[in-house]
Amino acid sequence: MAKVKRFMQGNEACAEGALYAGCNFFAGYPITPSTEIAEILGYQLPKIGGKWIQMEDEIASIAATIGGSLGGCKALTATSGPGLSLKQEGLGYAAMAEIPCVIINVMRGGPSTGYPTGPSQSDMMTAKWGTHGDHPVIALTPSTVPEILTETVRAFNLAEKYRMPVFVFYDEIVGHMREPVEIPEPGDLEIVDRAKPTCKPEDYKPYDSNFEIAPLAAYGKDGYRFHVTGLNHGDDGFPTNDSKRIDQGCRSIMAKIENNLDDILKNETVDMDDAEIVLFAYGSTARSASFAQRKAREKGIKAGLFRPLTMWPFPEKAIREAAKKAKVFIVPEMNLGQMSLEVERCAPGIEVKGINRVDGEPINPAQILECIEKYK
Amino acid sequence: MADAAKKLPRIEINEKFCKGCSICVDFCPTDVLEMKGPVVVVKDLDACTRCQLCDLRCPDFAIQVFD
Amino acid sequence: MTAEAAKKQKLSVPFDYSKYLRGGKLPHIWCPGCGHGIILKALLRAIDKIGLTNDEICMVSGIGCSSRTPGYVDFNTMHTLHGRALSYATGIKMANPDLNLIVTTGDGDALAIGGNHFIHTCRRNIDMTILVYSNSIYGMTGGQFSPTTPEGSKTSTSPYGAMEPNFDCCELAKASGATFVARATSYHVAELERTIKAAIEHKGTSVVEILDQCPIYFGRQNKYKSASHMMEMIEKDGTVSVKQVDKLPPEKLEGKLLRGILHQVEGEEYCDKYAKIIEKAQD
Repeated sequence: MAKVKRFMQGNEACAEGALYAGCNFFAGYPITPSTEIAEILGYQLPKIGGKWIQMEDEIASIAATIGGSLGGCKALTATSGPGLSLKQEGLGYAAMAEIPCVIINVMRGGPSTGYPTGPSQSDMMTAKWGTHGDHPVIALTPSTVPEILTETVRAFNLAEKYRMPVFVFYDEIVGHMREPVEIPEPGDLEIVDRAKPTCKPEDYKPYDSNFEIAPLAAYGKDGYRFHVTGLNHGDDGFPTNDSKRIDQGCRSIMAKIENNLDDILKNETVDMDDAEIVLFAYGSTARSASFAQRKAREKGIKAGLFRPLTMWPFPEKAIREAAKKAKVFIVPEMNLGQMSLEVERCAPGIEVKGINRVDGEPINPAQILECIEKYK
Repeated sequence: MADAAKKLPRIEINEKFCKGCSICVDFCPTDVLEMKGPVVVVKDLDACTRCQLCDLRCPDFAIQVFD
Repeated sequence: MTAEAAKKQKLSVPFDYSKYLRGGKLPHIWCPGCGHGIILKALLRAIDKIGLTNDEICMVSGIGCSSRTPGYVDFNTMHTLHGRALSYATGIKMANPDLNLIVTTGDGDALAIGGNHFIHTCRRNIDMTILVYSNSIYGMTGGQFSPTTPEGSKTSTSPYGAMEPNFDCCELAKASGATFVARATSYHVAELERTIKAAIEHKGTSVVEILDQCPIYFGRQNKYKSASHMMEMIEKDGTVSVKQVDKLPPEKLEGKLLRGILHQVEGEEYCDKYAKIIEKAQD
């Protein structure tokens, strides 16, 4: 049977993906250019008995999202740069207390209020380093409207599986672009639900270090009572001053990522086998890069495209591998050079050329092709 | 008050919990308690009316009066 | 309260707090003479009088001395970020409206860094009980002035006397839309317990400002001799019960804070309202 296809906006696809993944809680605050997600879910969630609330500010939104998650819901919030800045303390809390939630960040120009209606990709380092302390980060970077849907589903799966906040970062162009999207039927995409404890209530430890990722009970729903804090804590969730346990806790939240890279990393590669000129591109910029790469091949230039769908954790191994054959990496991005630094780190000795635009205009294929031709 | 047949209450003081704030001593209506060094002790059990104010105002779960 | 009055309440059997406490967590971290423990005990007695089970309660806090309360009780508990307890609690309550939400917070946590969340939580009238442990100081960081510090008070950040006017927490709550607003003290213990009980039983946002002593940081810098001295001066002599207001001449009310249930009205609760939105959406 032919699948239903709908012509929809990126933010609409995000809401669609969230609902497909089983999202039943949204707390948010209006901010351009992500507001449509809140609007659509405000209409859709009550229809399925889900919870939706507009909070008084961005900080309260992430807090309520985390609260909703601990109440047993699959929880989402959506924002954009300035809101992302405000949400940082809550994101650190979710990472520390290991509470699943999904954060959509539709990137607009910055810093500060910046260019609210214009696109950018300048929050990539905020995703990684925004909140204080060492913390795990998963950030997904879709390039197309259909991908926003599927990556939002994947974000929920990763959040629930690894008990942590997971970002979906896309620029305003993809967020407001309209494309046909094939609506998946139930069962088409994998859905991961949170692991629930099965032990006796008195034995339950929300941070049981015998597990790589301890099962998380819901407040008042599963018959388990437990304590959650943003302080360094022991297996039982209570604050600890035990330096050994503090060390273990800080390392274990990072190890969840490091030990599961194969499951978390995802990227698309085009003509990478013999690529001497490697385009590293994401979001809407990857669309231009893809076009430029095809044109370059038509001209006989050995150009390849590396397109990360998981940006954080960074695909280090794959970039190191690509660096063995590449003579240059070209990193087009709508910022003044963020991910190009990561590419540089993983490709020592290889030239990394950034194409950077912060004027609120997209990086077009001609711009990238011109750059490729300089290196042929 | 010196009734020999009178059943005296039992005042339990948890010395591990008592932080010596003296709230119970200061507010005991019949002066049953006193401070001895850092903790509270019973001075005059006979005077205790079992009003429980020492327990109710103790911030430290350190004192209770049993019949 | 006199000994006779206490007797009338038949308080002769000591209360067994242990059923609500997490084993091995006492003694608590609060300083000698701090009133937070008095509030915690009154809260547990109130919970017992209502007959709530441990599973039915979710206690959420922010940051500060008061916010350490959830760590001692055997409920569903969450120690969150400075000022944000109400927002976390709102999420939990929305996700699971059957839970009885109790938020323990301080004057700085609720009214300064969390001021915005405080007024909007009151405005929504979401069913939760907010206990503001109001001791006029930031205790955990060493005694800085807070939004409830009386003008002129010395604190570690107001060595020449606090220059800012202080908030009236109860007026703020009432104006913001809370449907239950009360003030209690850690001195008037039986009244405190009754007030907390009424607050929990009230459906909607209940705010209880509890005047509470910080003898170490506020008391010492403001020439109070002891915890009990503070309780007498600030809580006993500084307040008047709403029940006595009509009987007292105006000069006796001057400079006094009112104690008791100051405001209670019926108002549709947020989660109930949201349930109607669900019905409407599914129509």
